[in-house]
Amino acid sequence: MYTQALDTHGKDAAAGATEGDAHATRFQARVDAEEKVEPKDWMPEAYRQTLIRQISQHAHSEIVGMLPEGNWITRAPTLKRKAVLIAKVQDEGGHGMYLYSAAETLGIARAQMLEQLLSGAAKYSSIFNYPTLTWADVGAIGWLVDGAAIMNQIPICRCSYGPYARAMVRICKEESFHQRQGFEIMLTLTQGSHAQREMAQDALNRWWWPSLMMFGPSDADSKHTAQSMRWKIKRFSNDELRQKFIDITVPQAHFLGLTIPDNELHWDEATQHYRVGPIDWSEFYAVLKGNGPCNRERLEARQRAHESGRWVREAAAAHAERARNRSNPAQVAGEAA
Amino acid sequence: MSATSASSEIRDQAQEEARCQYVLRLADTSLVLGQRLAEWIGHAPALEEDLALANLSLDLIGQARLLLTYAGELEGRGRDEDALAFMRDAPQFMNLALAEQPNGDFGNTIVRQWLIDSWQLEVYGALAHSADTRLAAIAAKAIRETRYHYRFSSGWLVRLGDGTAESHERVQRALDALWRFTPELFEPDEIDQRMNRAGIGPALPELAARWSARVERDLSEATLTRPATGPYPWHGKRGVHTEHLGHLLGEMQHLQRTYPGARW
Amino acid sequence: MSEADWPLFEVFIRSRSGLEHKHVGSLHAADARMAIEHARDVYTRRQEGVSLWVVRSADIIASDPEEADALFEPARDKVYRHPTFYEIPDEVKNL
Repeated sequence: MYTQALDTHGKDAAAGATEGDAHATRFQARVDAEEKVEPKDWMPEAYRQTLIRQISQHAHSEIVGMLPEGNWITRAPTLKRKAVLIAKVQDEGGHGMYLYSAAETLGIARAQMLEQLLSGAAKYSSIFNYPTLTWADVGAIGWLVDGAAIMNQIPICRCSYGPYARAMVRICKEESFHQRQGFEIMLTLTQGSHAQREMAQDALNRWWWPSLMMFGPSDADSKHTAQSMRWKIKRFSNDELRQKFIDITVPQAHFLGLTIPDNELHWDEATQHYRVGPIDWSEFYAVLKGNGPCNRERLEARQRAHESGRWVREAAAAHAERARNRSNPAQVAGEAA
Repeated sequence: MSATSASSEIRDQAQEEARCQYVLRLADTSLVLGQRLAEWIGHAPALEEDLALANLSLDLIGQARLLLTYAGELEGRGRDEDALAFMRDAPQFMNLALAEQPNGDFGNTIVRQWLIDSWQLEVYGALAHSADTRLAAIAAKAIRETRYHYRFSSGWLVRLGDGTAESHERVQRALDALWRFTPELFEPDEIDQRMNRAGIGPALPELAARWSARVERDLSEATLTRPATGPYPWHGKRGVHTEHLGHLLGEMQHLQRTYPGARW
Repeated sequence: MSEADWPLFEVFIRSRSGLEHKHVGSLHAADARMAIEHARDVYTRRQEGVSLWVVRSADIIASDPEEADALFEPARDKVYRHPTFYEIPDEVKNL
């Protein structure tokens, strides 16, 4: 989900492999045979760059994603909810780490990726630029946003690039409780007081459409999708995944007794799918461009953390250096010579 | 009822109240400190420290939940962990005043953590042998966590104290500011003494010497100077707090206060 | 070492005694003690009693996949290393 086909807007051409190149042919054959590509294998430069961008965007999304839910940790309404929310946000941080680690195997440094995020150059999933205004938002994020994420992430477990696929397997294993936790919060609210039911409905009203947008625009508009599919980086189209999400989630909303904020939503008997009204893609592009409700706040929060932590990181590095010098003066002298 | 059995009943009731207070003190210190650490999540100096601080917070809140549940049972008024956490006002909280001090910068957080970790090492270490088997079990689990917390906080104390000129200055300043809250850690009052006589809690002066030696060692390795102990004693464990606790509770308790009786 | 240069460490975990250590990913840390703590925090959040190895990535020496032929091809010719080369009569069990 956090991959969101953002590379449709990247400048890199998907067509990096020249026809007739022996390496490229052998590479494609391996991919077709479902063999995994590992860090030191030959790979087309465009494959490498596409993956660096996709994996790092995914990692950034996990990190920024800690903020909207993190916003409610100190105000969680019970100790159990507080503990579960801390664990969830901690997991997200951990997932970011697995992904940065996978991206680094492709030849980009963590410091570089961080610089891209903090400068505003890198993208991350649009969904995290929306504010969490009530406790019900925490439930909605777990239910809808993590639900969409799972839909996107499971296919990536079979992605052609080994470290990315393995990171996704690890992430999916840990993800299972996230969505359940969110849904359970919503269930408790809808079974609660009138005020709590209204809180839940209000959260759904605000998070439904952004969740649908998470899957990215229709692939018909993207020439990169075909190449990503050929390289088995992308396994299903945005529309396919979005439809799957809709079909699963609408009955869940009915179970909760909540109304999806879409007058045109209906069951299409012929195709056996739920059909939704038109998605306002102008909002999506505005948010991606940096003009969403919270883009500024999210980025500033990460910039502040990074800046105010600089002296800490420097101190740790200085201390380690001094300890190294103390234990190995001869070696250090030799290196300095 | 004879005079002696009536007075022994009163004594027993006083003993039970003391025990409840004693457990609440431990619970509230863990809860308040856990809440403070949770404020860091998403804002730490590095992603790895976000995870480390979240881990510490989770452990402390877990300790608080076990201890609060026990305190509620001892109290016998039907209050569970959430009733105690969300519906008491600041004067009813029994945490060490040190725990409620604001995070400040990372150095300040580390000094506060290191002071409480080294305190918990002594106290949980002793409580693992408490005559109160429930408390002993909780302490035995907690001490394993505390050992890891202490490793983390003392490691950072040394890195920052013996890091750069800037980091050294920052942690020395934090130490100077927080040291005045330490007398409360090992000064026994009647509740501590009651618990000690009953074999439930340790004799604090005995633990103080070991704590002091450990603190000296860590400060020396961190190239930091131990501040002088000031005259004013803080009484967080008697419900006399600093101004900070009210704000912390206001934030923490907001939802339960705004929607009384709701289930979450 | 500048603040940006907390070195990269690779992490290996043995989740149960009797198994071997598996590579699970990497992390950045300023020193070895921090690396172990970070590895514990990131990679063992749901497990107890695991064994952790952290190794500076720069210290790892790896074979080069381009040289796979030279390194590994000879073994492929020498099939006598494989049990299938030896024909064992069906009557002999457990071989």
